[in-house]
Amino acid sequence: MSDPDIGDIPSAYVRDKRTPPPSSEELRARIPGWGVDLNPADRPSYPKLQYPADTGAHWDFPERQPEKWPRERSIEHAFVTPVFGTAQPPKGLSGVVRKYAYARFSEGRLAHWMLLVAGDRIDAAEHRLRSFASPRPDVPATGVRSEFTRGGLRSRRGRSDARHHLIDPVVVAGPWVAGAGAAVLGVRKVARALRR
Amino acid sequence: MPVIEHPNDAVVRVTLAAICGSDLHLYHGLMPDTRVGHTFGHEFIGVVEQVGSSVQNLQVGDRVMVPFNIFCGSCWFCARGLYSNCSNVNPNATAVGGIYGYSHTTGGYDGGQAEYVRVPFADVGPVKIPDWMHDEDAVLLTDAAATGYFGAQLGEIVEGDTVVVLGAGPVGLVAAQSAWLMGAGRVIVVDHLQERLEKARTMAYAETLDYDQYDDVVVELKKQTDHLGADVVIEAVGAEADGNLAQQLTGPKLKLQGGSATALNWAIDGARKGGTISVVGAYGPIPNAVKFGDALNKGLTLRMNQTPVKRQWPRMFEHVRNGFLTPRQMVTHRFALEEIPEAYHVFSSKLDGCIKPLIVPSAA
Repeated sequence: MSDPDIGDIPSAYVRDKRTPPPSSEELRARIPGWGVDLNPADRPSYPKLQYPADTGAHWDFPERQPEKWPRERSIEHAFVTPVFGTAQPPKGLSGVVRKYAYARFSEGRLAHWMLLVAGDRIDAAEHRLRSFASPRPDVPATGVRSEFTRGGLRSRRGRSDARHHLIDPVVVAGPWVAGAGAAVLGVRKVARALRR
Repeated sequence: MPVIEHPNDAVVRVTLAAICGSDLHLYHGLMPDTRVGHTFGHEFIGVVEQVGSSVQNLQVGDRVMVPFNIFCGSCWFCARGLYSNCSNVNPNATAVGGIYGYSHTTGGYDGGQAEYVRVPFADVGPVKIPDWMHDEDAVLLTDAAATGYFGAQLGEIVEGDTVVVLGAGPVGLVAAQSAWLMGAGRVIVVDHLQERLEKARTMAYAETLDYDQYDDVVVELKKQTDHLGADVVIEAVGAEADGNLAQQLTGPKLKLQGGSATALNWAIDGARKGGTISVVGAYGPIPNAVKFGDALNKGLTLRMNQTPVKRQWPRMFEHVRNGFLTPRQMVTHRFALEEIPEAYHVFSSKLDGCIKPLIVPSAA
């Protein structure tokens, strides 16, 4: 019995039949710089670990930045790192939740991250309430104006992701509607209780 | 205005910044511990306005480009060139280093989409912008371009490899250009936005695949690679990948997982057995629905990291100067800092053919 003709069999199914790429001369002529980093030794991240000659650091361990409040830190760290960001110190209920997430759970625990996500939502709600109580309330989603000035409809024509853009208003407005509904129900319940 | 908080700090007046695709993960609530009032922005250049008492390498008035990583230069990881994995700058997490304007999960540093920014370890991170370099190239080298170049390196490309780049955004475009520099024999870029695919053809000389045109883009990738799959797949999309409605709904929209894992799954499916996947798309710490079993069964090598930007620069500067890498070709929009809400919406919804928006503070 003779071997079957492998002419129509794709490369994956036979030993060594791969279509050769264009020659290096051809690629060099067509692509600016083709092959200049062909030698891995010319690639800056090869090998992965390498001792840089000079990083600019003139210390063995950096001087410690003053800690103006007990800085929240991952319990996987040995200590608060010598340098850290000081933006938005934790405060309010969101601050309590965030500090608990850091103090109680390591980065390996999903609870750590879920509490931080919850803290973000609480933070947003706290700021909205504060803003509504101020003379200059926040205007949510100010960038939406660009839907009209930058071709919102035109830009999306024929795009598959436009399907899920349609649910954005629901995702954004949903919690507000649910919150308003809960508030109405709550007020009605209280009013009925008072009438009795 | 920020103040000097550590003797090796500088305060930089921002002259040009950019919005990165990964900023959209913050914008859409995918990164835990993103606090109200946080200033975003990890791609910026500027002029040194103040320096701390121990700063030796910079002076007031120097024009500097600042890597998106904050790093000490002296810890175990920095000593081995892993600047993005510095352990001395982020008390909030051990898994990730310090990043400007990228939530408290990366250290709680305000970022550069601002008029002024605090730059820690001024002797270690920033570099004076070479006279010959265009400001728009300089700002893109602080992350997007460096990450594309790094992504191609993680692929460990050898001469003649077929390289698939998922995503024709700023990182993917430079990854495609870089794949050629490392000797790729074929470069195929996958996206669905026409202006980006066009840019991949003109800027990166790549073949392109519009996944909207196929019922299943992975099957098409197999057909185009003679059923082997790609030798190397560079995943340059990250946690908000389109292309799978269920992933979009459970991830970016409803937050039932850490984002959409569509691009990761396409990379796993599209690579050839024994091939390499390089992941430079950004993901947060919350788990994703990834088809890990197929990666195991196919014997794939998975390589990934946040880019150690400064390590890329000396070689990249040569490539930019020689015209082999052309980051500023991808810039489509320039917004004033005051217009930043519109800039985020346009970039996020990909309106008006937006590929890369820059932010120009009025004081610049």
